[in-house]
Amino acid sequence: MSAKPEIIGRLSSLKPRLEKRAAVFSALRDFFNTSGFLEVTTPARITAPAPELHINAVPSDGLFLRTSPELEMKCMLASGYGKIFQLAPCFRKNEKGRLHREEFTMLEWYEAGADYLQLVDFTRRMLEFVSEKVLASTKCIFRGAEIDFTKAEIITLESAFAEFAGKDLLEIVAADDFEEVLVTEVEPRLPKDRPVFLKDYPAKFAALSRLRKDNPDFSERWELYLGGVEIANAFSELVDAGEQKGRFELARRQKKNSGENVYPENRDFLDALDYGIPSCAGCALGMDRLVMVLCDAGSIDEIMV
Amino acid sequence: MYEASDLRKGLKVEIDGDPWTVSDFEFVKPGKGQALYRCKLKNMLSGSTMDRTFRVAEKIGKPDLEEKEMFYSYADGEFLVFSDAETYEEIRIEKKKLGDQIYFLIENAECKILFYNGRAIEVTLPVFIEKVIADTEPGARGDTATNVQKPAKLDNGYEFAVPLFVNKGDRIKIDTRTGLYSERVSKA
Repeated sequence: MSAKPEIIGRLSSLKPRLEKRAAVFSALRDFFNTSGFLEVTTPARITAPAPELHINAVPSDGLFLRTSPELEMKCMLASGYGKIFQLAPCFRKNEKGRLHREEFTMLEWYEAGADYLQLVDFTRRMLEFVSEKVLASTKCIFRGAEIDFTKAEIITLESAFAEFAGKDLLEIVAADDFEEVLVTEVEPRLPKDRPVFLKDYPAKFAALSRLRKDNPDFSERWELYLGGVEIANAFSELVDAGEQKGRFELARRQKKNSGENVYPENRDFLDALDYGIPSCAGCALGMDRLVMVLCDAGSIDEIMV
Repeated sequence: MYEASDLRKGLKVEIDGDPWTVSDFEFVKPGKGQALYRCKLKNMLSGSTMDRTFRVAEKIGKPDLEEKEMFYSYADGEFLVFSDAETYEEIRIEKKKLGDQIYFLIENAECKILFYNGRAIEVTLPVFIEKVIADTEPGARGDTATNVQKPAKLDNGYEFAVPLFVNKGDRIKIDTRTGLYSERVSKA
């Protein structure tokens, strides 16, 4: 008899975690359905993703595989869908590691009328609900620490840089050392016993979020961390057509300068912007990483086929 | 030159004129930010270690490394002499480079010699070598199934553990990567 192929062994050893993964997906759908959200499916192959300097799309026969379902879901918001969510396979070129796969699953949702702080509250309740459903507890062990989902904390990015790295956020951004300090000094020292919402990113990293009215050096954006691992990114969405087009133009120029593939314009999205996207907030959550945390897995390869 | 995306565990790179091995590696990419390649590196000459983070656009030096199969010939003072099987060309390496591996170096063993800029810097021994047990307590017959072990010695003074049934004068195999007993080849 021939030896057991590697794929067969791998798949069978994945089974307990894939069952838990399915339970997480099912609990999330329950939560969104009972919160009045409509589950939607938008195309995985699109004319153009949003141009973002450090995210690259995989071309697909004249189109691109989506790097996120953002633009298509925002078109839906413009046409009156107020609360929508999607469990969306997404694709990002050259992202491979313990926390990265080129193909991964994004949970993305939008709520018209909400802002990023209301989303903190919603996300906090969502995590509690899912943990309770899947683990029968609002606590979970991850990497040797117990995360208590009822004890979420909001920390501004500025105070996290000051407290955990002893550095001034805006100076670090100006010195172009933001990612290094965040990854090597801040993330490892974030509290591991509770969900942490790092909020108010510098305007340079606003991406598609709106700037704070009271202080335009910062944007209404947060990232959720569980056990020091980044899980989700949320914004009060930028809906100002002029400003949005300006940021796209800047990102497109930067991509071109760094020798990356520049996408064509996403005409539908620009039309929706001009027509009017309502004030809204949205969040993108890495499902694979959330499952990883709830399974206490060391890498995302341990929780996906 | 290497690109940052070539980095992986085990890759050998050149930084500030020294060869380094990537001993640990992690791809990180904070949300919407640029990708970073976090590495732990071990200096191939001094053995010292350091952490270094590379950005996606960084180029990293490729060391001029060459590996050659050579045979161990003889010891000459503080040096070991290896020779090329075909050309009989000889090279010398300091004994201390081998550390404890020196216990497993036997005459005519086919070794891998790593050269950096033409200079021999590393010796990799064959995975298994055969040695004769110089000293151990008499064997206990019939105890081949248990995991109990007893101390034994080679003629060069190397001490290790062997199963109870192994006797003085037996020829055995040692795994040079771990320094552990592997199996008995023949009885005394």
